[in-house]
Amino acid sequence: MDIVVSVKTNLDLQMIRIKNREPVLEAIPYKTGDLDKNAVEAALQLRDAVGDSKVIALTVAESNRKVRETIKEVLAMGADEAVLIVDPALESTDQAGVARTLAAALQKIGSYDLVLFGEGSSDDYSGQVGPRVAELLGVPQIGYARKITAGGAGVLVERSMDEFIETLEAPLPAVLTVVSEINEPRIPSLMNIMKAGKKPTEEWSLADLGLDPAAVASSCETLSNLAEEQDRKHVMLEGGAVDQAAGLVNALLKEGILGR
Amino acid sequence: MADILVYSEKQAAALELVFKGKELGTALGMGLSAAAFGPAVADSAGAFGAHGADRLFVSEDPALEGLSVDVVAEALAQVAREAGATMVLIASTRRGKELAPRLAQKLGAGCVTDVSSLVLTDGSLVASRYAFGGNTVARENLTTELKVFAVMPKTFEIDGPVAGAGAVVQAALTLQPSAAKMVSRRPKEGDAVNLDAAERILGVGRGFAKRDDVGLGEELAAVLGAELACTKGLSDFGWLPEDRVIGLSGAKTKPDFYLAVGVSGQIQHTVGISSAKLIAAINTDKDAPIFQLADYGIVGDLYEVLPALVEKLKAL
Repeated sequence: MDIVVSVKTNLDLQMIRIKNREPVLEAIPYKTGDLDKNAVEAALQLRDAVGDSKVIALTVAESNRKVRETIKEVLAMGADEAVLIVDPALESTDQAGVARTLAAALQKIGSYDLVLFGEGSSDDYSGQVGPRVAELLGVPQIGYARKITAGGAGVLVERSMDEFIETLEAPLPAVLTVVSEINEPRIPSLMNIMKAGKKPTEEWSLADLGLDPAAVASSCETLSNLAEEQDRKHVMLEGGAVDQAAGLVNALLKEGILGR
Repeated sequence: MADILVYSEKQAAALELVFKGKELGTALGMGLSAAAFGPAVADSAGAFGAHGADRLFVSEDPALEGLSVDVVAEALAQVAREAGATMVLIASTRRGKELAPRLAQKLGAGCVTDVSSLVLTDGSLVASRYAFGGNTVARENLTTELKVFAVMPKTFEIDGPVAGAGAVVQAALTLQPSAAKMVSRRPKEGDAVNLDAAERILGVGRGFAKRDDVGLGEELAAVLGAELACTKGLSDFGWLPEDRVIGLSGAKTKPDFYLAVGVSGQIQHTVGISSAKLIAAINTDKDAPIFQLADYGIVGDLYEVLPALVEKLKAL
């Protein structure tokens, strides 16, 4: 079984500070998407369960420098090969452009049975790319997978919806997105980190995929991107625990939260 | 005249979007259509009409059974063409959030998911969504002719709806069943919780030293009449189920009162509470970011403050 797993490199969002409502992005390190690592782990477990399979990590970015550590990390986790689509035109693309690029890359790779995504990226969390790729490939999609079993010519997926747990089966190829509860991503050993650099890695440009920059131009114009303004009272309740508790209860009575 | 098309598998969410869609349509000179799939959906035409729908496109096509995302997307694309819709509003439930991009791809449309507000600005619709992991709110303008917005449920209050004709139209659909088949479906385990609708919420975080101690939070929540919720970190420990998680990957809540107990206030969590009318926080660390969001703050040990609060509340 050929499993392709899509991974994205984000800014390390824990490191972002806000200054005058503007996010300060200078000197923020890059980080592999959290849910993408769950997708990689799911791919590795499937590969090992099915046998005679391989895992290809696929990523898209405007520069090799941005994704280098991510690729090293997922190869060290155990992915067998990596394919990078690197092109400066990807700096200003949108989810539709990324999906088009990934679909073209999958067609060039040629053989894919399962394509795995995290259900959203750590930064935008739009959840758009997986479903768009499924549509471009004309294959079924199953989102929010929390358990994946491969068998026969298909895949059995248990997924977590708002109020239900659903089990679906789909023939291959199929696109799946995973939720974090599916697994605990492995931490690569030092030995595997050393070996990662020797694994086969391809780097293609948009031209290699037969795409021109206009094909990935964004149709989403960001008018502003600022921290929310919060108007809060910031009243600190002083004293010992008993006084503080009394203070909060009185405040809730005054605010009309209690006593209605 | 172009139309706005509204769809959600959840009728309450669909009616909310119909109401908002009618307001936007009136301002933009567009009609309002809705779509509903499944047995006897035409019976709800009255409700859709009362909220502002001019037309309700219905279908009982057997291929729609189980609402497979690829088939629903195809059905909506066909309804959008039939209705002459240039804008589609979908509720950003999990089902809606995987549907909207697939539909957008079919239509060659731009798409914004998890929309938290839709505002008409200079004749175009500006959609807000959280960006940078919830640190910021991005205001987006789609430049495509066709646009799909997946809007978070409970974004709009239904307030004095303007009725539409509510005419039922049997959609002329040509559908193939999905290759993906539903094998089984069961409600999630545990007590059903709907944090979206909760008026009071008590959120617990990593300030609790062990799983059993969360009982202190549960006890206070019961006295307070609040739903118990948690940060993703606590759910990752397996201490509380995933459907009690508030934040970027969980519920985006709008309670009258949110009490954060032992919650540090990382943005991935607070993005789901920032719309609370009143926020109080209890934390040992006076510099915890949660206090930036709090109307009332208690710097203290939750193991002392919680029992004191329970006692005070019981004495009321």
